[in-house]
Amino acid sequence: MKFYGYKRPDGRVGIRNKVLILPASVCASDTTRIISQQVVGSVTFNNQNGCSQVGADQQLTMDVMAGYAANPNVYGTVVVSLGCENCQMDLVVKAISERTNKPIKQVIIQEAGGTLKAIDMAVRYAKEMVAEASLLQKEEFPLSELIVGTECGGSDTTSGLAANPLIGRLSDLLVKEGGTSILSETTEFIGGEHLLARRAATPEIHDRIFEIVHRYEKALQMVGEEVREGNPSPGNKAGGLTTLEEKSLGCIHKGGHTPVNAVYDYAKQVDPKSGLVIMDTPGNDPSSVAAMVAGGAQVVVFSTGRGTPTGNPIAPVIKITGNKLTFATMEDNIDLDASPLIYGTKTMEQLGDELLNLVAEVASGKQTKAESLGYTEMAIARVCNYV
Amino acid sequence: MVNAMIIEPIDDVVVAIEAIKKGEEVCYVLDGKTLNFTALNDIPIYHKAAIHDIAKGEPVRKYGEHIGVAACDIKAGEHVHTHNITNHRENLDAK
Repeated sequence: MKFYGYKRPDGRVGIRNKVLILPASVCASDTTRIISQQVVGSVTFNNQNGCSQVGADQQLTMDVMAGYAANPNVYGTVVVSLGCENCQMDLVVKAISERTNKPIKQVIIQEAGGTLKAIDMAVRYAKEMVAEASLLQKEEFPLSELIVGTECGGSDTTSGLAANPLIGRLSDLLVKEGGTSILSETTEFIGGEHLLARRAATPEIHDRIFEIVHRYEKALQMVGEEVREGNPSPGNKAGGLTTLEEKSLGCIHKGGHTPVNAVYDYAKQVDPKSGLVIMDTPGNDPSSVAAMVAGGAQVVVFSTGRGTPTGNPIAPVIKITGNKLTFATMEDNIDLDASPLIYGTKTMEQLGDELLNLVAEVASGKQTKAESLGYTEMAIARVCNYV
Repeated sequence: MVNAMIIEPIDDVVVAIEAIKKGEEVCYVLDGKTLNFTALNDIPIYHKAAIHDIAKGEPVRKYGEHIGVAACDIKAGEHVHTHNITNHRENLDAK
């Protein structure tokens, strides 16, 4: 099976062709919103961070910024900074350059002479970049070029019964085609980490899986909190999930059945053609999706039992539910109904092929429901409070 | 009519795949055989019901794994949820 995508100068293949207006900090985020509104074909997001962060915290922000610019769905990036923030322009540009050689332009608001002059400069750069991007022709590529991020949000019992096993089937099929699948959400490995560790390709990866789970639990305990305080959520419980362990045992089905070949830290760049890999991310959906997209995922497959609208500025998000009631009430938000697996009206083989086809279609340009609604919400994970 | 499903044969609970009323039969298929028990409470759709008695303090199994511990004695047919299961963090490193 093949798809039509965009070849980038760094060798990666994109499935969208966007120009990113990247805010280096919260102080540039309103400016990038105004710039992006003036440039059809551009995207931006609200960066809440970028300043007043301790080192480890700033690193998460830097990795998401660099990863978004390097994501192959992006043709090129206009970085906009205020000028005095911790995420200095030269640091952001260096971090991007370490991941990709795609086009990049810089605008520093304080040096440009204030908001209006900065907007004028950035809009012109961005319009020029969009015009260049629009000349690109799509080419045919094998599915092995795809990195698929997997996520579950607003989970209920049907997520573990149908939607996540279906995503696991997709993961197995994609790995067989030579592609890459990312399993995320470390907090939702808790209670099932031994099952993932058994599938580690090496003893080092086995130990890393336990390490990221214990590290996450300890980090919360250090501030006197427990992971269970907000997880499962009220909606998870209303949907039949009782404990975090039960939720986790459903969650990890998204990883299918193949060996775990690597464990990546939050938002680090994932090597293509790696098979199944794990990324250490929160259970919080927008910040977990952001990390996988920063890692290079061109598309995200997302299960939801309760019905979650999540999109992303860079990558299309394909929504799947195993809950027949949710599909009936929220069809405008959901791309695929996995509930036939529960009621025996379709087999896993049938639905797995349907989902693989849908992923290939979306890769070739088909709009997802979240894209058609214009959903682009995102968040960046945090280590601790601002300083 | 089948209105519930079991995930692994060793599980202590089934999942209702339709809303089940108190006093109705809970009906699921295991190894090709249809099995029944009576619901002691209303079981909302996609919630769990106990297949057999579970003593207080015993682990509760779903997916063939422990999802928590019985907070009180649970009778066969009872709705199993946050009111009668407590969290229990196990050390899984050696498992």
